[in-house]
Amino acid sequence: MLVSYQWLKEYIDIDDLSPQEIAEKLTRSGVEVDAVTDLNQGITNLVVGKVLECVKHPEADKLNLCQVDVGEGEVVQIVCGAKNVAADQYVAVAKVGARLPGGMKIKRAKLRGEVSEGMICSLQELGFESKLVAKKYSEGIFAFPQEMVAGEDALAPLGLNDTVLELDLTPNRADCLSMIGVAYEIAAILGREITLPIPAVVSSGEKASDYISVNVETSGDNPYYGATIIRGVKIGESPLWLQTILMAAGIRPINNVVDVTNYVLMEYGQPLHAFDLDRFGSAEVVVRRAREGEKMVTLDDAERTLSGEHLVITNGTDPVAIAGVMGGATSEVQNDTENILLEAAYFNDTTVRKASKDLGLRSDASSRFEKGIDPNRVAEAGIRATSLIQQLAGGQVLKGPVEFDELDRSSNEVTISLAKINGVLGTDLKVSDVEDIFTKLQFSVKEKDGTFTVAVPTRRQDITIEADIVEEVARLYGYDNIPTTLPNTPSTPGGLTEVQWKKRKARRFLEGVGLDEAISYSLTKKAKDDHFTEESVHHVDVALPMSEDRGSLRTTLLPHLLDALSHNKNRNQYNVHLYEIGSVFHSKEQTITVQPEEKTYISAAFMGLWQEHSWQGEKKVIDFFVVKGILEGLLAEWDILDIRFAQTADKKGFHPGRTASIMIDGKEIGIVGQIHPTVQKTWSLPATYVFELNVSELVNANNDTLRYQPIPKYPAIDRDIALVVDEKLTSGEVEQVIREYGGTLLTQVNVFDVYQGEHLETGKKSLAFSLRYLDPEKTLTDAEVVAVHNKVLEGLEEKLGATLRA
Amino acid sequence: MLTEPYIKGGKAMLDRLQELHDEAMTKVADAKNLNDLKEVRIAYLGKKGPITEVMKGMGKLSAEERPKVGQKANEVRESVAGYIEKKEKTFEEEAMLEKLQKESIDVTLPGRPTQKGSRHPLTSVVETIEDVFIGMGFTVAEGPEVETDYYNFESLNLPKHHPARDMQDTFFLTSDLLMRTQTSPVQTRTMEKHEGQGPVKIICPGKVYRRDEDDATHSHQFMQIEGLVVDEGIRMSDLKGIFATFVKKYFGEDREIRLRPSFFPFTEPSAELDITCAMCAGKGCRTCKQTGWIEVLGSGMVHPNVLRKSGFDPEKYSGFAFGMGVERFAMLKYGIDDIRHFYTNDTRFLSQFKRV
Repeated sequence: MLVSYQWLKEYIDIDDLSPQEIAEKLTRSGVEVDAVTDLNQGITNLVVGKVLECVKHPEADKLNLCQVDVGEGEVVQIVCGAKNVAADQYVAVAKVGARLPGGMKIKRAKLRGEVSEGMICSLQELGFESKLVAKKYSEGIFAFPQEMVAGEDALAPLGLNDTVLELDLTPNRADCLSMIGVAYEIAAILGREITLPIPAVVSSGEKASDYISVNVETSGDNPYYGATIIRGVKIGESPLWLQTILMAAGIRPINNVVDVTNYVLMEYGQPLHAFDLDRFGSAEVVVRRAREGEKMVTLDDAERTLSGEHLVITNGTDPVAIAGVMGGATSEVQNDTENILLEAAYFNDTTVRKASKDLGLRSDASSRFEKGIDPNRVAEAGIRATSLIQQLAGGQVLKGPVEFDELDRSSNEVTISLAKINGVLGTDLKVSDVEDIFTKLQFSVKEKDGTFTVAVPTRRQDITIEADIVEEVARLYGYDNIPTTLPNTPSTPGGLTEVQWKKRKARRFLEGVGLDEAISYSLTKKAKDDHFTEESVHHVDVALPMSEDRGSLRTTLLPHLLDALSHNKNRNQYNVHLYEIGSVFHSKEQTITVQPEEKTYISAAFMGLWQEHSWQGEKKVIDFFVVKGILEGLLAEWDILDIRFAQTADKKGFHPGRTASIMIDGKEIGIVGQIHPTVQKTWSLPATYVFELNVSELVNANNDTLRYQPIPKYPAIDRDIALVVDEKLTSGEVEQVIREYGGTLLTQVNVFDVYQGEHLETGKKSLAFSLRYLDPEKTLTDAEVVAVHNKVLEGLEEKLGATLRA
Repeated sequence: MLTEPYIKGGKAMLDRLQELHDEAMTKVADAKNLNDLKEVRIAYLGKKGPITEVMKGMGKLSAEERPKVGQKANEVRESVAGYIEKKEKTFEEEAMLEKLQKESIDVTLPGRPTQKGSRHPLTSVVETIEDVFIGMGFTVAEGPEVETDYYNFESLNLPKHHPARDMQDTFFLTSDLLMRTQTSPVQTRTMEKHEGQGPVKIICPGKVYRRDEDDATHSHQFMQIEGLVVDEGIRMSDLKGIFATFVKKYFGEDREIRLRPSFFPFTEPSAELDITCAMCAGKGCRTCKQTGWIEVLGSGMVHPNVLRKSGFDPEKYSGFAFGMGVERFAMLKYGIDDIRHFYTNDTRFLSQFKRV
């Protein structure tokens, strides 16, 4: 809502306050002012000029030579390129030395040999937005629609001395979608009186009902419809004051009748519509629901297809307007229109909202109807417009209007106690303080024993319950004046849940070992997930996606992490290690009817070097074991030590030889491995390793709670062995056998070398282990160690055919 | 004895000792290294050295002369030995110095970097805020990102066709399921679990989604932190008190707060919270659009319809709720100018937050 400061002054005395001060007061009491804009964007030396003579430039077809009276007998020659310039026009002249918006300075010039002393301006050149300039002036200069005095300052007549307040209204404050509503609000803040228009019309002897009948089929949708007939109007350009005030309010002037309806729309917040009675097509207004698939062409020349949920104004046969949204093209007021049917109606908010939304048509009218208009101002606004039309376009107003009226105009009554107000706010207000506020708001109130009965004016449709009254009191009392306290309720223990705590631990660990935390979008392109997600998992799709890239909910975190790697690689960041903790969405249904399962995953992706090459020389390329180490460390943070990595060759999107399922308690809770080379190629990535863990499963896993182990009192004995085994045999299988035969004395087994190649038979490899024996009760003798160690070696040979490397 | 002719009586012995002393001292002074000193030591102070030799003739001296010569011999020994030791120490120090000089390194070479990753700035903001509120007795509640129309809208006093729904353009999945547009549904879910019994004191961080074209200031996905306090006798003044505490802890002791009336369907009265601008200390600058204030969150007293729908009796209970945009907090805190940075995962952006 754009509020002209000059217009506002018609209703309330605010001469002592600047627009900025008004804006600040409005903002602080709940009507936020987004911007305060001076319409004059730096113009100086702009005067009214009278074009005395206008002839073609002798040297240029498209230019005119104008002799312009700029006051006090001074006549200057101005070369003007506008087609619509003509003698006897009053125009806006920027004199030599004048400045225009954007800092442009007008200088004495010579154009094709002719002197030009100044510039005749178009409205656009004066800073008006093109969309606000009347069609008549949009292609040329502006000519004042009335006689002026040459030499007078032109800023004020053009409304350029005005300042506009742009309100950012919350949906509850529909009352401020009108000048009168804003005036009430300012009056309440300042505690001042307001002056309202008192519209009246002179009607003639003929009755409107002789020309039109009104029939509303669905009174719920349209409880009031008033039709006024004005005969013999003369359509023309609106007077200057009306044109400038509409432009300040962000509305383009059209013609006197339409401009009046728009003026009253802004003044009262009541949308009105003027039909050309002779083009209406009948003598009856029938308001009904549209038929399914019914079509009509609206004012903007677009054909609209309607449904049974939309309300239309018809002439008994065809729709002539979509109720509260937009009029039809056929019955539009045109230059030759003589007889007017003026509609002032109350349309139901939901009905209008539905139509506006379905048709994608938002108008100044629909935005007011759908938020609820004041039932007590509908008819009055009609009278106001009628009187202005009569004033500006002439014509006879017939006795009327013809009405359908089932409108409830009663005001809401809310009862509230002083104790309640003070209880909610934490204030210490007295009865008189509260009464004072209601007086400022112009709410009538009765008070008895500390209880107020408030009759809320119908312009404030947003106030229906106690809490609404509390807010009115609070905002006019001033939020600043509410004291600052702390709840005097018993204290509660705060904290994180176990899962929340575990997520934090995971973050601390992962960032500690060198991973950057990523956060990516939950909405994705299904095809990306399909590289990894098994077909048994159903995607959840967005009903009307904004783009294919954001059409479905992710089922895995990996694709967006790969996107991130790819993004970084394209910007020459080659060594990237990212992790993300986030939700994935798995549906059990093909087409969802219930909320999908939301699982929390922790995933990570790595490419390039793990340790970058420093001047000291070492570097380390990321491989499976770097990632596995991190994963083991992460799980240990959660007290999960008993993890099995099961080699797996058939994971979608993964390298068949470099991938493992992560098993805990025999259950797969995640995956670690290299991305399949073809998938890497899709993302244009080098060797990329990832892991993905289902946190929701992990938090339920059996934990190895940390318990203190006594520090050994006796020395341990270490034995290293290098074994030659079949190359197919895994280190894990060998270790299992070692542990099996090592018994309780064997406390540690570590692989320290893996070798394959020269000096070994083909099909064989060498694995070297370091074994530590320890007896917590006594010092081990060499004989005891030899005995166990030999058993281990025998076991290895017997079970796995492993021999000691020579 | 062969030496007999040279040493005649005490006087001669004393002279000889002095001579030896001077000789030895000259040699020590001339010594170039530890080895030279060692030779001097052996030559003069050794068992077969000249001083010992002189001493052998002491037996022939008178009882008066003997102690004098003995004393002189000792003095000579001590003097020479002391000088050698001193010289040795100097040589050792020189050697050490030379060694240390050889070991010297270029300390301006870069240190070996430790492996350290970064915390996402949004996570950092969330965790910091969580901790401030945990300190005030709040717990952290979470809820699903795919919500039903009921929890996201209806239970929050936003019935179908309510104009305020326009404030939050929604990603619908079906006519009833949607991507939550706010973290407020967690309020309802938590209140339902409390079955009408206070107190409820929670904050709810999480991702939310709205149909916005992504640009520098809009993102179709962003993060919010919702807060809710419901108990008997909760007042709007308490909301101010909790915020004042929060703002001072999170933004700094010198920050002031102010509340401005606003509108949210689920609160009444509603308020926006402004804090004094850090850039200009409230004087007015570009960041705060010359107002001196920065808007940081929306809040209000829980609407009675919301309490009722979640099983709380609005006659008995009251409460306040608030919601803040995590991106906005992060942008204010670190001076980030484009919201898309948070979701691009560019390491040149992320790695700047190692220190948070």
